[in-house]
Amino acid sequence: MKIIDSTLKPQFASIFDVEAIRAEFPILKLQVENKPLVYLDNAASSQMPQPVIDRLVRYQTSQHANINRGVHYLSETATAEYEDSRRKLQRFINAGEDREVIFTSGTTDSINLVMHGYGRKFIGVGDEIILTTLEHHSNIVPWQMLAEEKGAKIRVVPINDAGELLIDEYEGLFNERTKFVGVLHVSNALGTINPIKQMIAFAHARGVPVLIDGAQAAPHMRVDVQDLDCDFYTFSGHKMCGPTGIGILYGKAELLERMQPFKGGGDMIMSVTFEKTTYNSIPHKFEAGTPPIAAAIGLGAAVDYLSAIGMDAIAAYELELLNYATEQMSHMPGVRIIGTAPMKTAVVSFEVKGVHPHDIGTLLNQEGVAVRTGHHCVQPVMLRLKVPATTRASFAFYNTMAEVDTFIAGIRTVQKFFT
Amino acid sequence: MNSKSLYQEVILDHNKKPRNYGALDHASHYAVGHNPLCGDHLDIALNLEGEHIASIAFQGESCAICKASASMMTTVVKGKTRADAETLIKEFRDMATGTLNLDAEHHLGRLTVFAGVRDLPTRVKCAILPWHTLHAALNSVTTTSTEAEDDPMHAAIGDA
Repeated sequence: MKIIDSTLKPQFASIFDVEAIRAEFPILKLQVENKPLVYLDNAASSQMPQPVIDRLVRYQTSQHANINRGVHYLSETATAEYEDSRRKLQRFINAGEDREVIFTSGTTDSINLVMHGYGRKFIGVGDEIILTTLEHHSNIVPWQMLAEEKGAKIRVVPINDAGELLIDEYEGLFNERTKFVGVLHVSNALGTINPIKQMIAFAHARGVPVLIDGAQAAPHMRVDVQDLDCDFYTFSGHKMCGPTGIGILYGKAELLERMQPFKGGGDMIMSVTFEKTTYNSIPHKFEAGTPPIAAAIGLGAAVDYLSAIGMDAIAAYELELLNYATEQMSHMPGVRIIGTAPMKTAVVSFEVKGVHPHDIGTLLNQEGVAVRTGHHCVQPVMLRLKVPATTRASFAFYNTMAEVDTFIAGIRTVQKFFT
Repeated sequence: MNSKSLYQEVILDHNKKPRNYGALDHASHYAVGHNPLCGDHLDIALNLEGEHIASIAFQGESCAICKASASMMTTVVKGKTRADAETLIKEFRDMATGTLNLDAEHHLGRLTVFAGVRDLPTRVKCAILPWHTLHAALNSVTTTSTEAEDDPMHAAIGDA
């Protein structure tokens, strides 16, 4: 993974043609409450550009049939396109082989697959699983279910007040019972970019496999799973300009092969009799039933779209948006940014003194500004930082500096309204 | 619906200066209400003398809509009978969920400032939580939730 540092020249924004990009997103032309939509809820779900919409239409109007079974033209076409999309995703994360890329319904599904396929087979009574305070509920609850079932134990890496993982504490948690590590690449609530390469190397030196929840990283930076050397990497299509209902589990082939299937059904089998079923090879072993074919092909088009812009260019531009918003907000009386790690993606969680996040969210909507309010599915983070809830603005490469201004003006309006 | 029109002066005023805010000594009835979707919570304590609500207080952590709803609720139900309070609880819920005909006879009076919440589905529960909690307290249920099964507003709204 290449990390963009903040020494990048600020004039980069002027060469990044954001207006040309915005023209490709039909939804960004929407008016909300008679104001131009300012969509700052990208960490929850991103919007879809016309080329991806067009790809879905083309599939549905001229290529659709079920895959992996028919010998007719449409079935062969759909199968080829589906597998072609898998290879696009393979290249996007630089996986060694396409069979290491499994289509799932999203990050949650991917993590549950690993919990069932790997966890239930290889984690037992007294074993320990290391997670972090920053985890999204989707990388906590499956492991709690496993721990309860197996009598295993969950150990949690703490964070500091800025929202950074305490790496010394992480390393101190390892012992001979440590069997698995799950950590998110980027915090959805705070934007913190975790030093996962270093954390993976430490775990591997002790023979412990690592799952990376990349839901908030894959849309915003270059991800290279071979360079990271992670054992599993998960992400969702709908947070990266793709459709909902599709996501990816990357896993090292030798691990995937040793795992038990998660869901049973058609496509995941080699042969079935009532006496004995032989499972298919990877990735099909983990793709039971008819997959979301259109969504998988749409996600392929989405990563084509992102790659054409360039993930490094996207990361650099989004960092400028972050720096611009952070700079303004840090001078606003009564506004406190939650999550101040030096390495962040373009996420700003904040509190406004005396105003509840839900009231902020409703009033910003009045200005056409869409933000997320609440606990962001990270109640342990909220508890640790002693905030019941926050308001979160999360940016994408199609947001503009002018939209940051509208957002900041909206916060001022909220403050005035409540004084 | 213009959401600013929901945040009317009277609601902003009750949010800023909530009435009957705080603890109540020797309460005969008490309940804590949670909205697990946003983490908000408030507790309501009251003293029933015979069938009348002699005193009532609330406190908690919530948004302006919820706090103003609780504040106005306490001022309205104080001195009323349990049966009158239950009528108001039902009418308020029906108003917030859009099933009450405001042109027909009802007892809500100035509580109709909350009528606009019916057009903001994500905020309906904020307005209802105090009433739901009052209902629980009157029926000696000490904890309740907007996600409780008996809640007419119970609906799975994800918060992921």
